[in-house]
Amino acid sequence: MSETPFLVLSAILFTIGAVGVLTRRNALVLFMCVEMMLNATNLALVTFSRVHGNLDGQVTAFFVMVVAAAEVVIGLAIIVTIFRTRRSASVDDASLLKY
Amino acid sequence: MFADVTFLAAEPHAPVIEPAGADGVFSLLWLIIALPALGAAVLLLGGRRTDAWGHLLGVATVSASFVLGLVSFFGLMGRGAEERSVDQFLYTWFEAGEFRVDMALLFDPLSALFVLLITGVGALIHVYSVGYMAHDPRRRRFFGYLNLFVAAMLVLVLADNYLGLFLGWEGVGLASYLLIGFWQHKPSAAVAAKKAFVVNRVGDIGMALGVALLFATFGSTAFTEVSAVAPEASDAVLTALGLLFLLAACGKSAQVPLQSWLLDAMEGPTPVSALIHAATMVTAGVYLIVRSNFIYEAAPVAQTAVVVVGAVTLLWGAVIGTAKDDIKKALAGSTMSQIGYMMLAAGLGVAGYAFAIFHLLTHGFFKANLFLGAGSVMHAMDDDVDMRHYGALQKMLPVTFLTFAMGYLAIIGFPGFSGFWSKDKIIETAFSENLVVGLAALLGAGITAFYMTRVMLMTYFGKKRWDRGVHPHESPKVMTVPLVVLAALSVLGGALLIGDWIVKWLEPVVGHAEHHELSVAPIVLTLIIVAVVAVGVALAWFLVGKPDVPREAPANVSVFTRAARADLYGDALNETLLMRPGDRLVTELSEFDNRGVDGAVNGTAAAFAGLSGRMRRWQTGFVRSYALSLLAGAVLVLAVLLVVNLA
Repeated sequence: MSETPFLVLSAILFTIGAVGVLTRRNALVLFMCVEMMLNATNLALVTFSRVHGNLDGQVTAFFVMVVAAAEVVIGLAIIVTIFRTRRSASVDDASLLKY
Repeated sequence: MFADVTFLAAEPHAPVIEPAGADGVFSLLWLIIALPALGAAVLLLGGRRTDAWGHLLGVATVSASFVLGLVSFFGLMGRGAEERSVDQFLYTWFEAGEFRVDMALLFDPLSALFVLLITGVGALIHVYSVGYMAHDPRRRRFFGYLNLFVAAMLVLVLADNYLGLFLGWEGVGLASYLLIGFWQHKPSAAVAAKKAFVVNRVGDIGMALGVALLFATFGSTAFTEVSAVAPEASDAVLTALGLLFLLAACGKSAQVPLQSWLLDAMEGPTPVSALIHAATMVTAGVYLIVRSNFIYEAAPVAQTAVVVVGAVTLLWGAVIGTAKDDIKKALAGSTMSQIGYMMLAAGLGVAGYAFAIFHLLTHGFFKANLFLGAGSVMHAMDDDVDMRHYGALQKMLPVTFLTFAMGYLAIIGFPGFSGFWSKDKIIETAFSENLVVGLAALLGAGITAFYMTRVMLMTYFGKKRWDRGVHPHESPKVMTVPLVVLAALSVLGGALLIGDWIVKWLEPVVGHAEHHELSVAPIVLTLIIVAVVAVGVALAWFLVGKPDVPREAPANVSVFTRAARADLYGDALNETLLMRPGDRLVTELSEFDNRGVDGAVNGTAAAFAGLSGRMRRWQTGFVRSYALSLLAGAVLVLAVLLVVNLA
């Protein structure tokens, strides 16, 4: 089986995620887009793992999942806290930390 | 335990006497210094508690030192000429590896004479000060400073090495500074003290460099060690040493070109002028040169420089003395001039050293006498120093007048008085060495006679020119007794020359010189000197004695008088040549520092501050803009990688 479709799908998913991060304001949507980019990367890793015939890529994908899970835990906590204080989940509103 | 005398190969050099250890009476040598030092410590640290008896302690310590000095002196006299040198080791001053400096005292014929002069005249002046400073609320402090001075001066003359000498040298400089500025509430006194200190620093550079050069060349500064190896050093080193020590001597002894501080130093109380700025401290330069005779004997260039400095100064000071109306300043000019004589004699080599010291001693007597007499007059005239406000005082102040007259006759060289013998010998030696120098010394004697007669006439003769409300009165006994003693010494000081005693006495230190033959008989020269002195006296009589002295100094005077009144423009010269250019240099350097150096530093800082001010605008706070720059960066990196790989 050719690997091209998998890589193309990975690229499409990554692009959707990236565009989502850049264009959407809602923190939850932003978060989902980030997850999508991570999983696009995972797909590429697994594909290349198969192409090369070893397990390195798959192992790395597991690492990415673990890190993503941890990130979601912390990220969601932050988002919930921000929402509680500001009554808004827009990332553009939370722009106090600046020059 | 007395070592044999060793003679150096290089003639005509002073025999180097290995000093004997200090035993018997000499074991108390250190006490001569310690007593006044202790007195100074008690008086200066004791505070007001010592006010009541402070002056008595001050007199007692110096008198005790004098007694000890006398005992030691006679102890030295009792020894053979080859054994007259005692070294007392006190302690190791500092030690670092091979390098070691001992604190030790050397008591030999030269330092013995100085010890007697310093403690003897010092004790008399201490006694005098009890009366002179009686009404000063800070009298105890004054005596503390005086004791400090005596201790430092004794360190100077008793140290057996140049570094110890330097210690005393700086000590007397400090005491001089403190005492010139004793009446510190007067701005003129404070400024004069500072001036003396600064000018002396210039001379001290010479001293410090000289000592350093001694260490570098000989690895030691002890007189006996250096004198033993000095002839082996190169000419350049010896000449440099000679010139550096001459610079030091010029500063301390107020010789041209570092003479300007002495006249201002008269701001101090009169006993200070008598002790420090006439009899002892200012002669330290002469001591240094005579002590360094082994260097100067091997450095003819430096020796010539000493003669030139001496000859110039003896005329310089004398000319200043002729135009001063301030009695103390007239005497200060005279001091400068007389020390010029001593320097001149010291520069003439082995033939002159003894006469330099001889004149130093007689000058110590008669000049201290004259200054204390002037102090007594000021005491009577409500501290007025202007001789134009004096006149006709000989009836009012009989003792002061008579003692002053003895000093006067001594300084002008009236036959039979001490100054006659000492100055005569110097002029004689000068003539046998060099005609021009001899003539300068002879001319100086004439001018000396002129200005001293002028002082005498303006103060004690003529009409009363007193300020209203001034009632002159003779000073108390405590002041007149020292005057009488000093007057007696001024008259009899010449006795030191009987049978060439002083020449023979100093031979172990400075060496023996064959007598130079003069082209004329000495008696003829003596008559010429007396004639020149008589002309000076007569001239003063016609110019000052016969006509009335105006109360105000005449304004339309010759250019020479004006120059002499302005100290021969010594201050103006210093100001134009040194002070103003120095001022400008410093101003410009600080300008450069402010604009150039600070500008570069501040400019760099400002540039980075501005840049960061711009760069921090990038931190907008919008997460998505950060994400965009992240993406842009990633794309850029990828693009570069692609381009590099494809290329």
